[in-house]
Amino acid sequence: MPVATFADFMQQVVTGLASGGVYALLALALVIIHRSTGVINFAQGEMATLSTYVAWALIAHHGWRYWPAFVATLAISFLGGIATHRLVIRPVERGSVLRIVIVTIGLLILINGFVLWQWGGEPQALRSPFGTETYDIGGVVVPAHDIGTIAVALGIVVLLWGLFKFTKVGLALRAVAVNPQEARLVGVRVTWMLALGWGLAATLGAVAGMLTAPTVGLDPQMMQAVLIYAFAAAVLGGIDSPAGAVAGGLMLGVLLNMLSYLTQYDLFDWFSEELRLPMALLVILVVLLVRPSGLFGHPEVKRV
Amino acid sequence: MRTLLELDRVQARYGPVQALHDVSLTVGEGEVVAVLGANGAGKTTTLRAISGTVARSGAIELDAKALKGGPEAAARAGIAHVPEGRGTFVDLTVNENLRLGAYVRRDRSVKEDLQRIAGYFPWIAERGGQRAGTLSGGEQQMLALARALMSRPRLLLLDEPSLGLAPMVVREFFRTVRELNEKEGLTVLVVEQDARIALASSSRAYVLEVGRVALTGTSAELRDDEGVRRSYLGY
Repeated sequence: MPVATFADFMQQVVTGLASGGVYALLALALVIIHRSTGVINFAQGEMATLSTYVAWALIAHHGWRYWPAFVATLAISFLGGIATHRLVIRPVERGSVLRIVIVTIGLLILINGFVLWQWGGEPQALRSPFGTETYDIGGVVVPAHDIGTIAVALGIVVLLWGLFKFTKVGLALRAVAVNPQEARLVGVRVTWMLALGWGLAATLGAVAGMLTAPTVGLDPQMMQAVLIYAFAAAVLGGIDSPAGAVAGGLMLGVLLNMLSYLTQYDLFDWFSEELRLPMALLVILVVLLVRPSGLFGHPEVKRV
Repeated sequence: MRTLLELDRVQARYGPVQALHDVSLTVGEGEVVAVLGANGAGKTTTLRAISGTVARSGAIELDAKALKGGPEAAARAGIAHVPEGRGTFVDLTVNENLRLGAYVRRDRSVKEDLQRIAGYFPWIAERGGQRAGTLSGGEQQMLALARALMSRPRLLLLDEPSLGLAPMVVREFFRTVRELNEKEGLTVLVVEQDARIALASSSRAYVLEVGRVALTGTSAELRDDEGVRRSYLGY
């Protein structure tokens, strides 16, 4: 049996945090839309894939440098998210939840088809802006991309927290999530806030996609598994809790990575990479059965 | 007295159900006017028609300008509507509720207003970080009033502020409203089930009956007329 050192262990934690950071970003996107509209946006993953293709096309076909392409992609995704809400979601928003869910599934298929038609199904390479070097930090060997991913994810989370906590528009976004009728009475333009929520969600997805592509390769299915992980993260943290989504994402990332690592021990030798996705689904199932409000969510209380 | 709000033959409906048939009323600048009547008479709908939260027709003018559009537009025109059943954002803190009250304002004097409001509600300053949902019913109603004041409204609409509150708390609430009216000239249109306290706190009143104005007069007249009290106000 191999002997595990503390450095080995930390290495797995860092790698887990990097994939967890990506889950956290996409989970945040799911939470933002769920809080304001009460639905899970099943197209969230495909929207992220589309954004990533936009970044790739800017770099590979139009000769853009990475960071300008990154920023441009965020802007395009933001506007795209707003347009999606205005054109696709708003017309069905007053209908039943099921109707909106079906529309988001339709959107998933539509975007997936568009990506295939436009760029084909072969995997493309989007390089990491952080390079391919690895760093040795006290015996822990960490790829630069992992460090960069964690830093970007953390930075985005802090920015978003500041937006919600300290700005007028962030306060309005939260007010709409808590009580839309009341928000209208104080003068908040609710439909624009919902559109803004979609814009933010699309932007978060774009970041998640661009951070995912360098490690798994860019193809039309790239974000489908990530969406399941993000969904598990959101459910684990509490589907209406942004802080929970972040914590859930990081925990899930570390947990899954640890399981892969522990397969070298007899106790965990049943686990293999193929079980990663079912494991996430198991997390969803267990949380929904044992604690439906998640680790950080408030149980839904209805006053009659 | 200058007329601030004027409703001329206003009608309103919820789907196929007509809730207001023909309501005309005026509120002068600096006045406190009460709207009374039994359940289902159209009191709440009258306020909703003014703030645009219900489909309506007929003329509604604020300061001789027609009010059009939904509640977002009404808020921008200077109408603060405190709806029935408190009207606070329970998951947000007291301070965040107050900040939202000032949402439509563009000026920078929001801080001064927070201080001015603390003068009327001293407890608010100490509990700014508390979630509104953890306040008592009376405190939430006070917070709803404080939040409405943060918008520096030209007209305050109060819907059944006494609902579910202890008599002592109700008296304190109306005392604060009167104080605001006297000190700051705040104009108020209040809908109230409790006719006694509403008549004691207002200068004029309208009595609604199935979506129409059945009766109007000064609050003192209505209070002193036993026939009116018996047949319309039930006390």
